[in-house]
Amino acid sequence: MSILVDEDTRVVVQGITGGEGKFHTEQMLEYGTNVVAGTSPGKGGQEVAGVPVYDTVDEAVEAEDADASVVFVPPAFAADAIFEALDTSLDLVVAITEGIPTQDMAKVNKRLQEVDTRLQGPNCPGIITPGESKLGILPGNIFESGNVGLVSRSGTLTYQVVDTLTSRGIGQTTAIGIGGDPIIGTDFIDALEAFENDPDTDAVVMCGEIGGEDEEEAAAYIAENMDTPVAGFIAGRTAPPGKRMGHAGAIVSGSGTGTAESKINALNDAGVPVGDTPAEVVDHIEDLL
Amino acid sequence: MRLHEYQAKDVFADAGIPTPGSEVASTVDDVVSIAERLGYPVAVKAQVHVGGRGKAGGIKLAEDSDEAREAAEDILGMDLKGYTVEKVLVEEAVDFTNELYVGVTMDRGEGKPVAMVSTKGGVNIEEVAEEDPDAIAREHIDPAFGMHPYQARKVVYDAGVDKAVARDVASILTTLYDLWASKDAADAEINPLMVTSDDEVVAADAVLNIDEDALFRHPDLAEMEDEAAGDELEAKANEYGFDYVRLDGNVGIIGNGAGLVMTTLDLVDHYGGKPANFLDIGGGAKAERVANALDMVFSDENVDSVVFNIFGGITRGDEVAKGINEALEQFDEIPKRVVVRLAGTNAAEGREILNDELVTVEETLEGAVQRAVEYAEEDQ
Repeated sequence: MSILVDEDTRVVVQGITGGEGKFHTEQMLEYGTNVVAGTSPGKGGQEVAGVPVYDTVDEAVEAEDADASVVFVPPAFAADAIFEALDTSLDLVVAITEGIPTQDMAKVNKRLQEVDTRLQGPNCPGIITPGESKLGILPGNIFESGNVGLVSRSGTLTYQVVDTLTSRGIGQTTAIGIGGDPIIGTDFIDALEAFENDPDTDAVVMCGEIGGEDEEEAAAYIAENMDTPVAGFIAGRTAPPGKRMGHAGAIVSGSGTGTAESKINALNDAGVPVGDTPAEVVDHIEDLL
Repeated sequence: MRLHEYQAKDVFADAGIPTPGSEVASTVDDVVSIAERLGYPVAVKAQVHVGGRGKAGGIKLAEDSDEAREAAEDILGMDLKGYTVEKVLVEEAVDFTNELYVGVTMDRGEGKPVAMVSTKGGVNIEEVAEEDPDAIAREHIDPAFGMHPYQARKVVYDAGVDKAVARDVASILTTLYDLWASKDAADAEINPLMVTSDDEVVAADAVLNIDEDALFRHPDLAEMEDEAAGDELEAKANEYGFDYVRLDGNVGIIGNGAGLVMTTLDLVDHYGGKPANFLDIGGGAKAERVANALDMVFSDENVDSVVFNIFGGITRGDEVAKGINEALEQFDEIPKRVVVRLAGTNAAEGREILNDELVTVEETLEGAVQRAVEYAEEDQ
């Protein structure tokens, strides 16, 4: 089993005719993802990597009976692409795009309250159920099917932890990158809840970073609602206050909120062991399994 | 991107928010002639991006031309928390009876804008928020509708603002919200919003920070950025298109992906070293980008060693290795020892390709960081 995506998930790629969209469509197809359609306004009727292109998401969903979309649309137009996807019957929209204006995302966030569709991202590497399907830009070859779930705010840090897991013979049910922006769709709690309800996930790795209070809220959720054990990692212990560390969301405010220390303490208080290094997180997972 | 006070005040004044008369100066003589024109008393205010300017001696009052000259001489060229003051704002001093705070920002937890008003203005509002959170009234705004007039009134009344000025404050808050929204601001603040003895309300300071990701639709604001630039290396990083933050250690760090670079910094600290910087080169690692990244890190005179940590996802390790070789071959002499750790797709092939006369190759992240920390100690 897995969460959110599996081999049956029928995927639309929004922005399929762009450089990134085209390249990653090929990569996803190669991995085995069921990419059934692409969209690009004005390019309807074309094909990319053998996948039919439509002018609108609505058309693509209707014609190909799609369940999920992946957004590779450039930042200036990405919020519009997300709104378009939210106005269809899709179950899941995965926004890869980095650099969407925060106020655009506040408006998307408002719309999300009114629809049943789940948004993942933006500014995320996507989601993968090893051996079945990947939506996004994750390097499929480092993943291995297994019994550990992973949720993370960061792409390459996810790869680092997964690589260590796989090299020690520990496979993954699903890995989900929730994204490094201040306003995102699916958050830690949503992903943790899905893993808790997945009978095949025996332990979960949660990789957080400085900024915001999502990790603290996730810690409270774990303490109250989860039987599945969780191990954590928090990036940004040495980040100075007031400086944005790459991700728009990774910033410790002047008043000291969003610090690594506060997040590590909250997780420890919830019974979640936190690794000092990525390798130590995997040690904790070995102990928990 | 942070605007200077004088830039933000121009934007606020254009939108109809009352501000004191003021002009920018970069020489002592200009300060005095502006002060003469405005009439005394005036405030001379350093235009640098640091908090707590007043306490640090960056704001002075002048009652006459001698005092204005003295204030200008003291402030222009002074070092304020690492920033040299090159410009001052000369401003009519406001005779106030009361100081308020009004601000609009994004509440990321709620995913919504929030408008804030407090009667405890004139001091660090983050301290107020911590010590006396009830002293700040808050109202969340639906970004699809914008701020309704009743919401502006409500938050002003909730804060306990004097009835005599409540209408004017609510009107200023409405304008501030509209500016926040139309300029894609991250924060818009007036602290203090001064109330005079005849119940006039005047913005004595102005903060306007713009969402960097939205600058593409505000070319007029983007133009102000050069004037507002701080650290020289950070300006260079902007030019190269890197996410870069300068720190005060001596182990230079280059990596891909914000989370992994932050983790590399943390590991340097964990193994007893001190990170010199955060540098995310982003996806891919073409020779030119690698060379630019090395150029950045080598131009920081504090750096004694460099750790290069790349997780090749879609980008293959062998391509990254070629890029690193090419970049390093461009140097006649490599100024500091470089440790490279490659992982992910085709990492083993990449490690084979790396020229170990130019770099030290390590297999694990932990090993690479420990090695770079050792080098930094030896080569100090």
